[in-house]
Amino acid sequence: MPTTVETATGQTKTMVLNMGPQHPSTHGVLRVILELDGEIVVKAEPIIGYLHTGIEKNCEKLTYSQCIPLTDRIDYLANLSNNLGYCLAVEKLAGIEIPKRAQYIRVLLTEITRIASHLVWLGTHAIDLGAMSVFLYCFREREEILKILERISGQRMMTSYFRIGGLALEPPPDYIEWISRFLDSFPGHIAEYEDLLTENPIWKIRTQGVGVLDPKVGIEMGVSGPSLRGSGVDYDVRKYFPYSSYEEFDFKVQTQTAGDVYARYQVRVAEMKESVKICRQAIAKIPAHGPFRAEARGILPPSREEMKTSIEGLIYHFKIWTEGFAPPPGEVYVPIESPRGELGFFIASDGSNKPYRVKARTPSFVNLQALPKLAVGRLIADVVACIGTIDIVLGEVDR
Amino acid sequence: MDSENQTITLAVRKLKERDPQAAAEVVSFRGETTIVVPRERLVGTAEFLKSDPELAFDFLSDITAVDRFPVEPRFEVNYHLTSLKNRARLRLKVKVTAKDAVIATVTTLWPTANWHEREIFDLMGVRFEGHPNLTRILMPDDWEGHPHRKDYPVEGYR
Repeated sequence: MPTTVETATGQTKTMVLNMGPQHPSTHGVLRVILELDGEIVVKAEPIIGYLHTGIEKNCEKLTYSQCIPLTDRIDYLANLSNNLGYCLAVEKLAGIEIPKRAQYIRVLLTEITRIASHLVWLGTHAIDLGAMSVFLYCFREREEILKILERISGQRMMTSYFRIGGLALEPPPDYIEWISRFLDSFPGHIAEYEDLLTENPIWKIRTQGVGVLDPKVGIEMGVSGPSLRGSGVDYDVRKYFPYSSYEEFDFKVQTQTAGDVYARYQVRVAEMKESVKICRQAIAKIPAHGPFRAEARGILPPSREEMKTSIEGLIYHFKIWTEGFAPPPGEVYVPIESPRGELGFFIASDGSNKPYRVKARTPSFVNLQALPKLAVGRLIADVVACIGTIDIVLGEVDR
Repeated sequence: MDSENQTITLAVRKLKERDPQAAAEVVSFRGETTIVVPRERLVGTAEFLKSDPELAFDFLSDITAVDRFPVEPRFEVNYHLTSLKNRARLRLKVKVTAKDAVIATVTTLWPTANWHEREIFDLMGVRFEGHPNLTRILMPDDWEGHPHRKDYPVEGYR
């Protein structure tokens, strides 16, 4: 409802403007109710739920392995991060130790996914603010990554490549070559984006000083990932609570202190460069041969060869693919650093072959809540910059 | 890892010293510590964990509810706290019955709890006393029932 506000020129009535749910700059179906005084935002209220598909509820009726394809669909721009978070949680619940080779390949592919996700963010964020060509450049490189993922897993986007205990299948023999070729060319492409944006006066005017997030407010609002690191807090789950052997990798957590849209842009661009470094280290670490999945009798299916040659292997093969496995009763919460922030999976087990409760703590859901803090007091045009800068995926917000 | 364990041990000890009933039950599973807190002591405990300079559990990662239907107390609400300073994580658990599914809000301590509590109200039907805007968030406003409850069918009521 419009309210009366005091301004320099006397009393005036505010106007309520509905933005979305169908709006190109909301990156999905997000609706924001804006209360405006002229062109200044007085109040912003995000309305969500348009993409709620009940993924968590559905998981309760599926076995632990069957849930993995659903996790792809939570965040469709960084599906491997979601696979990883879910698998790590189940593995912790069941007490499975993952072979180092599978852990390194997981790191390599999630970092590639992080680059792909940041590219979509950069492209769409730039086009929101009027920089068309960056969008085309970013999607050109993202296409390369999707091709790599397709060659490895058979799927461009909904890969479901990480499985409980390791990977779905042995990666093709020359996957390292493809990824290396991409990593060789990619730093040059980052330089291209930076040429177009970093010193671009229009880009600077649209982003500097806009959507400033105070670090204290950010922590209280639960903001995580690059959105928080742009405000100078170095919280990165990869460093704070290392998982999947991240403690063996040498990388810097990128932070900026300004806390505005431009700072978050700098953080994400720097993160892409760090990801390239992590990928190179992972490639150096991955052994050429070795198991891609853990051995755990009664929990994981036996290897293909064992299934074909021993009767016991065949029995376990059928048993596990039909019934699944039953981890002990208990609860675990495993966070990972997704491209958007802390992605946590909480799984409660009651000792049966299906999860009793799965909850995805998705960074987009929490970060979006801070949108009013960024947008209030700014112009309508800045709301677009603020939505873009927190890098939300609405599938992840609504689950 | 060791410093995380130290922080958790310290937190449990301090909580018990402060109020022996606040940490009624301490559960450890797979290296994660859960402290079961009586409902009326939740806000006090959370505030202490947040403001104690040594512990500094200042980041509320998540709030999750689990429905243990038909066991009573039926609802378990889990608060996942993170201490950025000590790099430690701790879970507080509050149990409430179906008849009296009300918990005091923690939005006063962490504004981020706002949407988490709305989500739990929407999907589980647990109410949060003192919440500034306890309305549905994911389901439509006129929806009937709470879909994440165990007695709510996956395919919905037809």
